[in-house]
Amino acid sequence: MKKPLVKVDVVEASSKNSKMNSRRKFLKLGGLGLAGSGFLLYSCSEDDLFNPGGEVGGENPMPDPDPDSEVFDLGSGDVGILNYAYALEQLEAAFYTQVRAGAYYSGASDEEKQIFDDLYNHEVIHRDFFKAAITAAAGEENTLPDLEFDVSSIDFDDRTSVLETAKLLEDTGVGAYNGAGDRIASATYLTLAGKIVSVEARHASAIRSLINPESADFAGDDVIDENGLDLAYDPGTVLSDAGGFITTEFTANNLPEPMTGS
Amino acid sequence: MSIIKLLDDFTSEKLTTKSTSRREMFNTLSSFGKKAAMAAVPFGLASNKMNAATMFQENSAVDALQLALTLEYLEAEFYIKALDSGVLSGYSRAETAYMQISKHESAHVDFLKAGLEGAGVTPVEKPTFDFTADGAFDPFNENGIGQETAYAQLLALAQAFEDTGVRAYKGQAGNLMNTPFLEPALQIHSVEARHASEIRRIRGLDGWITGSMRGDGMPEATQAVYNGEENVTQGGVDLTGLTYANDIVGDLNAAVTQAFDEPITAETAVAIASLFIVEDSSM
Repeated sequence: MKKPLVKVDVVEASSKNSKMNSRRKFLKLGGLGLAGSGFLLYSCSEDDLFNPGGEVGGENPMPDPDPDSEVFDLGSGDVGILNYAYALEQLEAAFYTQVRAGAYYSGASDEEKQIFDDLYNHEVIHRDFFKAAITAAAGEENTLPDLEFDVSSIDFDDRTSVLETAKLLEDTGVGAYNGAGDRIASATYLTLAGKIVSVEARHASAIRSLINPESADFAGDDVIDENGLDLAYDPGTVLSDAGGFITTEFTANNLPEPMTGS
Repeated sequence: MSIIKLLDDFTSEKLTTKSTSRREMFNTLSSFGKKAAMAAVPFGLASNKMNAATMFQENSAVDALQLALTLEYLEAEFYIKALDSGVLSGYSRAETAYMQISKHESAHVDFLKAGLEGAGVTPVEKPTFDFTADGAFDPFNENGIGQETAYAQLLALAQAFEDTGVRAYKGQAGNLMNTPFLEPALQIHSVEARHASEIRRIRGLDGWITGSMRGDGMPEATQAVYNGEENVTQGGVDLTGLTYANDIVGDLNAAVTQAFDEPITAETAVAIASLFIVEDSSM
């Protein structure tokens, strides 16, 4: 398991004080030299906790109610989950855009070039689809802005650096969608997430197979458990894994809880 | 009506009709689907068997899991027989992949059975499978088709089963909402997609599906697995008409269809699986 790039406190408490509490924790973390993550904090709103399966379905994409905050909050309900997915797709699209501008890509085999062309295409399409879909459903003011990224830790001239980062991002994407499914209220959005996650899994498999050909790594024991189940990550885990690449600050304070409490 | 009974209705009507040529039978795949849709029967078990009523508020969740189990039975037995057949001898990449996939499919069978039993539901029994599809194929080289051809058929069937699995689980996600089985079903779904990608790549294809193309070397019989994958409209947005902030490389329509996998209905999944299921005369 790759070490998380940024440590983020996941706050599980649902009391009114939890946000204050977690913000203090964040500031403390910042003091430890972990500032620079675009991801500020993660907690759940009381409403979402005690209203599972209720009116969380995109009816009320509440922006961060904190009046002194200009930081975008992903929102609640399905819009929150869509914005969460949109953040990940923005990161993936930005990564593959950089890959195709780097020296590894320009010297890569035709097979590897074609794979990276396809992955670039798919992630750009996912990203711009989410922008269009969220804007249509919730308005521009509730749609995550274009994020900025710091990918300086990746050596785009080096095959290993590119492939390992691609593996991390694709596996994280699979785990993120799998872990978010149970937080989606609308069957339409759930199916939509399903249409995307299997493509991310196809990517992860192909990248893993490039890294270690003729092995079982395409669905390796490092990601598939003894029940034959793939990764499923909570948003807090995902945002801490991906947060190191994201420089634009946003919060995820109102994301819905799992419907079945699993 | 159990899923097996439903399958029997198909098998008794079509697969055992000796006068039906192989080609005709394969061409009736789409009409299988129509027949199943018309039947529109819930093939789950009686609701009074469900002690955990809160877990299964509707039969649709049980139906979804029973369908999943049936597909997993099919996959699990297929890979076990493939590994036992000797056809993979000398094809080390495929053999390695089949071993890993076999492990997962058998685990899925056990997991789904335990999950159903844990919820007070009797799992469907494993059907009797015929991976020759009544003589159309010889993937285990049991009838002397030769290792090379058997190997090609073995890979083609694996691709069809994995791509079907991805689409079938996706189609059932909505039926599992608000149950503890949604998340594990999604976790199985993405494993099937990882499998599909590797099998496709071993066959020399992309790991992802372009349009509704089944890909080079795939039998026409498998086209039902890919019909509908050509969809370009997602969430009401025609993605071929969207303006992209970065230029798409190559053909936009192809890229859009690759970027999203499409679900299939239970009826379509049953129709595909039924090609490989032998009628049980005891039922």
